[in-house]
Amino acid sequence: MREVAVIGIGCTPFGEKWGSSFRDLFVQAGTLALEDAGISGEEIGAMYVGNMSAGRFIEQEHIGALIADYSGLATAHIPSTRVEAACASGGLAFRQAVIAVASGIEDIVVAAGVEKMTDVGTGASVDALAGAADREWEGFVGATFPGLYAMIAHDYMHKYPLTREELAMVAVKNHYNGARNPIAQFSQEITVETVLSSPLVADPLRLFDCSPITDGAAAVVLAPLDRAREYTDTPVRVLASAQASDTISLHDRRDLSTLDATVVAGKRAFQMAGLTPADIDLVEVHDCFTIAEILAIEDLGFCRKGEAGRLTREGMTALDGDLPVNTSGGLKACGHPVGATGIKQVWEVVQQLRGEAGKRQVDGAEVGMTHNVGGTGATVAVHILGV
Amino acid sequence: MSSVARFWRKIPQRYNLVGTRCENCGRYYYPPRTLCPQCRRAGRIREHRFSGKGTVVTYTVIRTASEQFEQMTPYVLAIVQLDEGPRLTAQLVCRPEEARIGMRVRPVFRRISADGESGAIHYGTKFAPDTE
Ligand SMILES: [Zn+2]
Repeated sequence: MREVAVIGIGCTPFGEKWGSSFRDLFVQAGTLALEDAGISGEEIGAMYVGNMSAGRFIEQEHIGALIADYSGLATAHIPSTRVEAACASGGLAFRQAVIAVASGIEDIVVAAGVEKMTDVGTGASVDALAGAADREWEGFVGATFPGLYAMIAHDYMHKYPLTREELAMVAVKNHYNGARNPIAQFSQEITVETVLSSPLVADPLRLFDCSPITDGAAAVVLAPLDRAREYTDTPVRVLASAQASDTISLHDRRDLSTLDATVVAGKRAFQMAGLTPADIDLVEVHDCFTIAEILAIEDLGFCRKGEAGRLTREGMTALDGDLPVNTSGGLKACGHPVGATGIKQVWEVVQQLRGEAGKRQVDGAEVGMTHNVGGTGATVAVHILGV
Repeated sequence: MSSVARFWRKIPQRYNLVGTRCENCGRYYYPPRTLCPQCRRAGRIREHRFSGKGTVVTYTVIRTASEQFEQMTPYVLAIVQLDEGPRLTAQLVCRPEEARIGMRVRPVFRRISADGESGAIHYGTKFAPDTE
């Protein structure tokens, strides 16, 4: 198996991009990534595109070919594949690209992610996102995506000493980081009071516990490590790629407050890289809701079960803490264009490892991790990157 | 909108809490399974009708819903553990402030949703507080 490196990255601004179409977004991200890698389109051997629900959001399917076509590559006839795993679509697209390069079948591969979510109303987007859970046995009875995570939050708070204020501090921290990220959907800092006075969405989760509806795209270019220096002076190595699945329905989980798929994917990634949680300098975790970040920190092994709330309050996960979490602002403040999120996480970690993260730069970052969750934990992709 | 046929198939299971039991390992399943996740192909699956008595494992109050459920908000959604073991997601027929973890519940037959103004009406099982 060949070693793989990231040689180029690109990301659109995230937000409500009513002036841009689905095509505009991915072309923008793809162009930035190719420019960053210093390659031309003809050099691309294959593309993998993470997208959750273009069929529901813009009534367009056949996204793989569409993206290759509008990237100006129709006459190059490159293999272009859409990858879908709800909110983990981007993470899985990245993993497919890594596998393609590692196997030796392809050399230069683009992994992208894109979602255009604001072309439908709130009710329709809530329903589309509910498709990330079990439509027949969860969605049918009125389960929404925030509702399922809210039930996780109630279960967690029943078992462990997590306060409502500590949960709010996850959002406060991520907005602080997002305010230092030029592409973030939200550029303003917030307080615990902002979170606690926002409307209830699904008790105990309030509006500011939830990631927003977002348009955006991100792309990265991969190459074999031994060829990476032909393109860039700052290649970032892919040290591990892991994926795990679990029950689609939340009610069938062994423990509602532990995402076993995160536990397993995390262990597989650490084993593959030959590293431990202590070796990680920063991590981008899947904070679609504040409670999800609490679970992720614990399930990835950065602390014991039940401790993440206290450690968040004490600043462990802050930009200047022992383990900066979601330096990009996370899904919460940077935004969550579902299919693009897993690629944006890689984009952020690569910037940090190159020392190009500006006001949110983590000093001396050498090893970073990404954690991308589909649904309520039925799919998880974990990657470790290093310089 | 969802087609009638898709949810039609599940009517006996939804109306009467009919699930399955694997006679090989003794485990109960709801929603019903045709393949035992424990024994896989070695399992022997039989139909089982649950009494429906159970306990609330966790719950939430949905304030923002999809279009189909918008008019019902706020409603209580819960994960209920049936006394035989399996868990399912269902609505609770109670006021939001009444819901609590550990509450004993019993099944009630209710309208779940409708496909728009003139579409099919879907029925199924909700749970009410059990005072016995
Ligand atoms: Zn069995």
